[in-house]
Amino acid sequence: MEFQHRDVISIKDFSKAEITSILSYAQKMVPYAKGKKNTIILSDKILSTLFFEPSTRTRLSFESAMHRLGGQVIGFADPSATSQKKGECLADTIRMADAYSDAIVVRHPQEGAARLAAEFSEAPVLNAGDGAGQHPTQCLLDLFTIKTEKNKIEGNHVVLVGDLKYGRTVHSLAYALALFGAELTFVSPESLRMPKEVIQECKEFGVNLNNTSNLERAIKDADVLYVTRIQRERFPDAEEYNRVVGTYKIDLELLKHAKENLIIMHPLPRIVEIDSSVDLTPHALYFKQAFNGVPVRMALLSLIFGGTLI
Amino acid sequence: MKKLKITPIKNGTVIDHISPGLALKVLRVLKIPETTTSVVSVAINVNSRMGKKDIVKVENRELDTKEVDKIALIAPKATINIIRNYEVIEKRTVHPPREIIGIVTCSNPTCISNAREPVQSRFLLVQDDPPRIRCYYCERDIEDIAEGIK
Repeated sequence: MEFQHRDVISIKDFSKAEITSILSYAQKMVPYAKGKKNTIILSDKILSTLFFEPSTRTRLSFESAMHRLGGQVIGFADPSATSQKKGECLADTIRMADAYSDAIVVRHPQEGAARLAAEFSEAPVLNAGDGAGQHPTQCLLDLFTIKTEKNKIEGNHVVLVGDLKYGRTVHSLAYALALFGAELTFVSPESLRMPKEVIQECKEFGVNLNNTSNLERAIKDADVLYVTRIQRERFPDAEEYNRVVGTYKIDLELLKHAKENLIIMHPLPRIVEIDSSVDLTPHALYFKQAFNGVPVRMALLSLIFGGTLI
Repeated sequence: MKKLKITPIKNGTVIDHISPGLALKVLRVLKIPETTTSVVSVAINVNSRMGKKDIVKVENRELDTKEVDKIALIAPKATINIIRNYEVIEKRTVHPPREIIGIVTCSNPTCISNAREPVQSRFLLVQDDPPRIRCYYCERDIEDIAEGIK
C-alpha cells in the first residue's frame, strides 16, 4: 500500500483496503486535530490551496490540517485576485503552484479539473471538488463519520436525499458505500436523479439499491440519512431551480418515522433542507461530520508526504 | 439472373457488416461528402446470412488508422475491405481502441477538456459492444459517440 506522492483525484483511485487504512490513520489524528496533542511532522512542507470556487469547510479544514501537522499554507480563496482574471489557463496556474509548494489542493467549477491539474504537476494534487464531479476527501470524511458512529460501514442502510444529479459529494459517496457493501436508497426529485454511471457502478458491487421520490417511506429503516443541498449554482436556469428547491425538508415531524439511532449527515452548507430544530436532536451529526474533515485531511496529507506519527 | 444492388468498385474501401441503420453515422464520421468527390454507395438493411446489415463503399479512398478507430467506436462489427483493381487486397475487422485520444469531444459542456486548456480530449473504453466510452477527465459516459466524433 503506497500513498507517498500520490494524487487524490477520485475515490475510485483507492481500493477498499487503502480507504480502510486511511480511516484508521485518521482515527489516530483526532487528538492532534483537536489540539490535545502536537506534532510538526510536516514542518518542512508547503501546501497550496487553490480555490476557484467558494468554500468554507473544505478550505479551512485543509488549512487547519496542514497547520496542525506543522506545515505552511499558501494559496487563494478568490480567483478574481489571480492571473485567472487575465485569462490564464488552469494548467499554467498549476505549473506555478507546483513550483512554489509541495502539494496542491484544488477546487474548480469544471469537472475533471483536478485530473487535468495532476497532469501538469509533479507535486501531488488533492481534489477539493471539481464542479459536479468528485469530492474524494469529503467522501473519506463521510465514511469516517459513519464508521465512527456506527462502528462499521457495511450493512448500514444509507438514504441519500436531495440533489443527486449535481451534488458531487453524493457521487463519490454512493460509489464508496457500495464498495463497502452498504444498502443504498436514492431519494430525489425526478429531474435530480443520480447519474446513470453512478448507479451502474454501484450495481456492479451487487448492493441493494432503491430509487424513490418518497422520503417518508425511505427513512423508516434508514441507519444514515445523508442530506444534500439543491445546488443552485449548477442549474442552467433559475426557473428549474425554483421548481425543485424545498422539495425535501428534514424536520421533527419527519423524524417521527425514523429509527431512534438514525444519524443525519450533511456536507453543508445547508439552506432550507434541514430545519434548525433538528440540530438539537441526537440524530444531528453534521457539525461533528464537518470537524472530521480535519483528522481525515491530516491523515491524507501525512500519508502523501510520507510523514508518520510516532 | 441476380442483379447486384451495388456494383463492385475498382479502387477504394468497402465497409461491410455495419449494424443496420448505422451507415449514415459512418458517413458522418468519415465526413462524407465533404471529404471526397468520388462515388460513394450506401446500402441500408441489406439481407445477409447473419441478418440485416449496412454497407458503405467509398471509391478511391483508403481509410487511415484514425478513421478506422472512429468506425470501430460506432460500428464495432464492421469489416474494412481495401479494394485495388477490383480485388480485395486486405480485409480486417475493427476493434475500438482502449484509449481514445483527440477523436471525440466530451458532451459535458462543463468538462475541463472543453475549456481552453492545453490538452486533447481523452476517453477510456468501458464496454466493447456496443462501445461505451468514459471521459478520462469528467468521468461521464458519452451518450451518442457519433455525435461527439470530431
